[in-house]
Amino acid sequence: MDLTRDHFALFGLDRTYDLDVQALHDRYRELQRVVHPDRYASAPDQERRLAMQEAVRVNEAFQVLKDPLQRAVYLLGLHGIDLDRANARVDPAFLMEQMELREALEAVPAAADPHTALEAVLERIQAAIEGLQGRLSGLFARGDEAALAEAVEGVRRYQFLDKLRQEAEGVEARLEETG
Amino acid sequence: MALLQIAEPGQSAAPHQHRLAAGIDLGTTNSLVAVVRSGRAETLPDEQGRHLLPSVVRYADADAVVVGHEAKAMAAADPHNTIASVKRLIGRGIADIKTLGGRLPYEFEAAEGGMPRILTRAGAKSPVEVSAAILEVLARRAEQALGGELAGVVITVPAYFDDAQRQATKDAARLAGLHLFRLLNEPTAAAVAYGLDRRAEGLHAVYDLGGGTFDISILRLNKGVFEVLSTGGDSALGGDDFDRAVAHWILEQAGLGEGQDPRLLRRVLADACAAKEALSEAGAVPLDIDLGEGRRWQGELDRETFHGLVDPLVSRTLSACRRALRDAGLRPGEVADVIMVGGSTRVPRVRERVAEFFGIPPLVDLDPDRVVAMGAALQADVLAGNRPDSDTLLLDVNPLSLGIETLGGLVERIIPRNTTLPVARAQEFTTFKDGQTAMAIHVVQGERDLVQDCRSLARFELRGIPPMVAGAARIRVTFQVDADGLLSVSAREQTRGVEARVEVKPSYGLADSEVERMLRESLTHAEDDLAARRLREEQVEAARVLESLRTALAEDGEALLEPDERAAIDAAAERLETLAAGSDPEAIHTALKTLERTCAPYVQRRMDAGIQRAMAGRRVSEFD
Ligand SMILES: Nc1ncnc2c1ncn2[C@@H]1O[C@H](COP(=O)(O)OP(=O)(O)OP(=O)(O)O)[C@@H](O)[C@H]1O
Ligand SMILES: [Mg+2]
Repeated sequence: MDLTRDHFALFGLDRTYDLDVQALHDRYRELQRVVHPDRYASAPDQERRLAMQEAVRVNEAFQVLKDPLQRAVYLLGLHGIDLDRANARVDPAFLMEQMELREALEAVPAAADPHTALEAVLERIQAAIEGLQGRLSGLFARGDEAALAEAVEGVRRYQFLDKLRQEAEGVEARLEETG
Repeated sequence: MALLQIAEPGQSAAPHQHRLAAGIDLGTTNSLVAVVRSGRAETLPDEQGRHLLPSVVRYADADAVVVGHEAKAMAAADPHNTIASVKRLIGRGIADIKTLGGRLPYEFEAAEGGMPRILTRAGAKSPVEVSAAILEVLARRAEQALGGELAGVVITVPAYFDDAQRQATKDAARLAGLHLFRLLNEPTAAAVAYGLDRRAEGLHAVYDLGGGTFDISILRLNKGVFEVLSTGGDSALGGDDFDRAVAHWILEQAGLGEGQDPRLLRRVLADACAAKEALSEAGAVPLDIDLGEGRRWQGELDRETFHGLVDPLVSRTLSACRRALRDAGLRPGEVADVIMVGGSTRVPRVRERVAEFFGIPPLVDLDPDRVVAMGAALQADVLAGNRPDSDTLLLDVNPLSLGIETLGGLVERIIPRNTTLPVARAQEFTTFKDGQTAMAIHVVQGERDLVQDCRSLARFELRGIPPMVAGAARIRVTFQVDADGLLSVSAREQTRGVEARVEVKPSYGLADSEVERMLRESLTHAEDDLAARRLREEQVEAARVLESLRTALAEDGEALLEPDERAAIDAAAERLETLAAGSDPEAIHTALKTLERTCAPYVQRRMDAGIQRAMAGRRVSEFD
């Protein structure tokens, strides 16, 4: 396999943020049919090792492409933008909103009806994420320098929200465990 | 007499020989073996027509091992030498076993390596050896039914088994002299058995409550591909716990406390189990318990009381279901089918609560005892290469997160749970002291943030790091998990390239040398000494390599190879063939390696061509 090929090329997909999710899943299956180690169960060790290596790569690419956040980070990378080094612009209004969401989440366990309270927080997070996805897809479609700079900031926000969502799911798990 | 081999419908007459394969469900309470004949998977009975082999091993005297029904019958009379539910012990350290709950009637040797051994009159036995004894009986049964030596087997394990438990099961296969094609997760095997029969596509849940383990898996089935989305469970929760709950209740009712003698405990447990099973049919069951020394206790257990006893256990399984659904990003209502697997799903209360949870009646059409072995047999047949046209593909996940210990006893997660296998992930770490030349790497598995709350898998050390100021070294730790769910870890210092690699052998697993020693000592293998075994292994590998090379060359040797490349491969293959007919395992091994090297570019080209074809195929079909 050509290691210089990027994840999109590996799946034969256009390099866009709005990828065809159905096609992604179909191609993933087709690729695994070729490279999965089980296809080589009776093959010589060498082929098994190679199959393993290729299957790992297909899984890795799939993992990145199917997740809208990882996909955005990866696309930025293909444009030569390393998120860790890129300038951080923190919009104070956004940060306020974050703090407020976080407070709402912290208040959940003590709420009269914690399940409904949590549901409300999760819905707000979800709505914010969907808004960002829409914005990112427009920015990646434009693809000029200004658009990408804005996309960096969008991805930063997305990372915040994603972390918050994970925490909210943790709260959900604990709520369920305690009944 | 030569039999005519008739190609099955939809299958080309295989260019190679049909290879014998079997699927083994190595259960906590019962084990089974299944094979595929005329395209259908069937479990195999013993001479008396019994399909289930109780997973009980008795060391009757120093060198007589009894497995199955006869052993089970002696469990109460000879508790110290009769080992039941060994699956609960496999891959576990002595500390885990103490916390497993419920007193075990065995005596353990305080083992140095941390692997507990059970003291029997035949000596100290590790759980790996006990499991191997069960595997051997089942493998013999399959060989007798098929009339030849098995080329390989698929053994099922609970999806929730951790790395240590998987390694130990693999060791047991090796000790039993079996070639293991694959460890397969039990729920996935069940889905294979169901899915292929019913051609059902969509989202499925497999709820597997056996004797000692609970598993839940959420799968997407699409055109022969079984994609596990998430898995969860409890590798120490099952029907045995129902028995214990009932036994506890009986002892309480009879006015007896815990800490009874093992014989009585075994008897009460057996009675409790019988009562539980009877309650699956009846509304109430009478109890008449022999308390020893002529004392008896009589009473009755009705369903309502029973529900009260087992409900907390069932609730635990449902919590695991909830988490698995969440991990898959689904709600209970989105699952189209719930497949019920394992003897304990016969309990009406279990079915009731599962139906309520998922909002649909669960599927119970296939015998919940046999479905896992059947799925394993189907997959074994595929892996043996007997179904080249099969489009079945099983994409499993790792059940528990893997990570390493960092400063302050915290876990740095490297591979999160429910990542599709195979997977490899790397992370960079650095030194924290000036001039530090070694780094200890502690590999753990589990979901908790503190190392002490996770399972310790292995410790190793990367030495020879060039002295640098703190934070300057770049140490890349790579985790790789193969399709069996087995982990290997390597660490590499990036600036100088110092490397350390471990196959993760759990702290309480068997060392390779130990497996070797046991192989040498075990009675069944006493005749074939190790050298003969080695020769045979190399010859088998040589035959396999040559056969697959021949098939490949016939397919695309012309298209993918230059004449000089082809000549080099032919020469190396010929040399291997000549040596394989001889008796020098070393020489065969070297020739194999040479052939592999010569073929490397060709193998790569074939794989690439396959990938291209896959993509091209997709593109064409998209336009129609
Ligand atoms: N009719 C029944 N009613 C209730 N429980 C039953 C019934 N039949 C079997 N069981 C229980 O099912 C359990 C055994 O199930 P099974 O054979 O599927 O487990 P296993 O495969 O040995 O265990 P595991 O899958 O956990 O390793 C035992 O606890 C047994 O008592
Ligand atoms: Mg089972």
